[in-house]
Amino acid sequence: MFPTPIEKTSRSWQITYQWLLPVVLIIWLLPLIAVAVFSIKPDADFTNGNYWGIPSSFEMFNNYGKVFFESDMPRYLLNSFMITIPTVIGAVALSSMTGFALGVYKFRGNLLIFFMFIAGNFVPFQILMVPVRDLTLSLNLYDTKTGLILFHVAFQTGFCTLFMRNFIRALPFPLIEAARVEGVAEWRIFLYVVLPLMKPALAALAVLIFTFIWNDYFWAIVLTQGPDSQPVTAGITSFNSQYRAAYHLMSAGSIVAALPPVAMFFLMQKHFIAGLTLGAVK
Amino acid sequence: MTAPAVPDTHPPVKRSWYKENEIAVTPWLFLLPGILFFALYVIIPIFQSFWISFHQWDGLGEKTWVGLGNYERLLGGDRKFEVSFWNNLKWLVLYLLAIPMGLFISLFLNQTVRGIRLYKSLFFFPFVISQVVVGLVFSWFYLPGDQGLLNNVVGVFGLGPYNILGSPDSATYGIIAAGLWPQTAYCMILYLTGLNAVDPEQVEAARLDGAKGHKMLWYVIIPQLKPATFIAFVVTIIGALRSFDFIAVMTNGGPFGSTRVLSFYMFEESLSEFGFRMGYGAAIAVVLFFIMLGFITYFLWSMYQDEKGAR
Repeated sequence: MFPTPIEKTSRSWQITYQWLLPVVLIIWLLPLIAVAVFSIKPDADFTNGNYWGIPSSFEMFNNYGKVFFESDMPRYLLNSFMITIPTVIGAVALSSMTGFALGVYKFRGNLLIFFMFIAGNFVPFQILMVPVRDLTLSLNLYDTKTGLILFHVAFQTGFCTLFMRNFIRALPFPLIEAARVEGVAEWRIFLYVVLPLMKPALAALAVLIFTFIWNDYFWAIVLTQGPDSQPVTAGITSFNSQYRAAYHLMSAGSIVAALPPVAMFFLMQKHFIAGLTLGAVK
Repeated sequence: MTAPAVPDTHPPVKRSWYKENEIAVTPWLFLLPGILFFALYVIIPIFQSFWISFHQWDGLGEKTWVGLGNYERLLGGDRKFEVSFWNNLKWLVLYLLAIPMGLFISLFLNQTVRGIRLYKSLFFFPFVISQVVVGLVFSWFYLPGDQGLLNNVVGVFGLGPYNILGSPDSATYGIIAAGLWPQTAYCMILYLTGLNAVDPEQVEAARLDGAKGHKMLWYVIIPQLKPATFIAFVVTIIGALRSFDFIAVMTNGGPFGSTRVLSFYMFEESLSEFGFRMGYGAAIAVVLFFIMLGFITYFLWSMYQDEKGAR
């Protein structure tokens, strides 16, 4: 193990390390802690210039209550869920099929198609922006959740295919051959042999895509406009212009907007990290 | 009897065409929906953008062919374009700092003390928060005067106060620093996973040979972390060139346009309140695309070498 395990080092370093850990963590999370402090302060503190002193009163319930009951925030949150969840299902479904095709079969153009998915996944969003906006307009889906979902599903299929294909490649191939010898139809092999083995990959992709889509901002402002369909990342900016300089509300709103992916991460940590670090180990 | 030169095309049991060609046809059936979607929303739009970039177009009326006119204007002394391009370079170079910083933190955290798992998650979780919120958080952190926490902290050491986002000299660096925060967390988690897989026997062998500290790190550990480094490099480069959210949220390109990058400038030209110049915007996107293409080609080439090795 590297660096040297702490148990095998000098006593003084062991003690230093134990103190250092929380101190470094606090410094690392300082900007976030600052926002959390902002979000429980009363309005008066900001008008009186008491930005960093002790809060003159504890207004957490008040501030968060305002966010939830007196603003468009709940609508934006709901929109985010209604965009994110169908996208996750769509992208995972499409890519488990493409990943299966590219991972199991040998045919001409296999690698070419695979590389097309990878390359497409890396292109700058801006080169897609004008045509995708046009396409969405001509489908009459501009400023709808469906328009946003369709694009997200298509785009995420690139990354998901990379992920699924590499995962399927690592499965024991004799299993598939054995099924073939038994005369099992190919689509049944997919459904009953491969898919059950892909559960960890499906879970990892689902949490990753959830986070990616929830946090998307660019496409939200390109393809949607108002509180009817905009997700919370775009909503938070209009929320902030509504409460300009009301730092206590803006920070409470930001925390609420950031929470679902954070909760997802802490609940499904193992899958999340397995997904993100795919390929980091040979 | 020799075997027939032509394979027997009439098996005794008559089977359907699909059954005959099942292995050849199935992959295409499975690929079809994915490819169609991906082509419609990703591949074809790339070419459409090229086409649009040769036109003058407000997004609604007729397109007017201008040939290379947009590119001549763009590369022939558009000040905004120059500023954006240099800022993109700053992003690229400084964003790469996330890799050594991530490695450093992962080395710091690669221990087995009580509660270390929670520490690792808490160090990682800036990456999970949306860039919009990170941008907001940092713009409040940087607030001028004694409003921002940063000025309160540096004030203890007798420095400041700074107005980081308000001054054209420092605004871009302030945004990049905000971007480095989640990116470092990402690189850290890649390296933590990589460190987990480092061969303990090699480390012990190197220890017996007297290697330790930075020598051990440089000659034994880092070579074994190569796959993690490659991925960290890919995601950091792509992240640097995709920077848009931070700029839109923190400065909206200002002050005096000093924080624009190509992705932001493109958006501004195509969908700004000053009118839709989609042709010009598409030309900017094409330039950005070619910058990215250089990196994409390199990434794909590296992956192709791996694939060949795997077969």
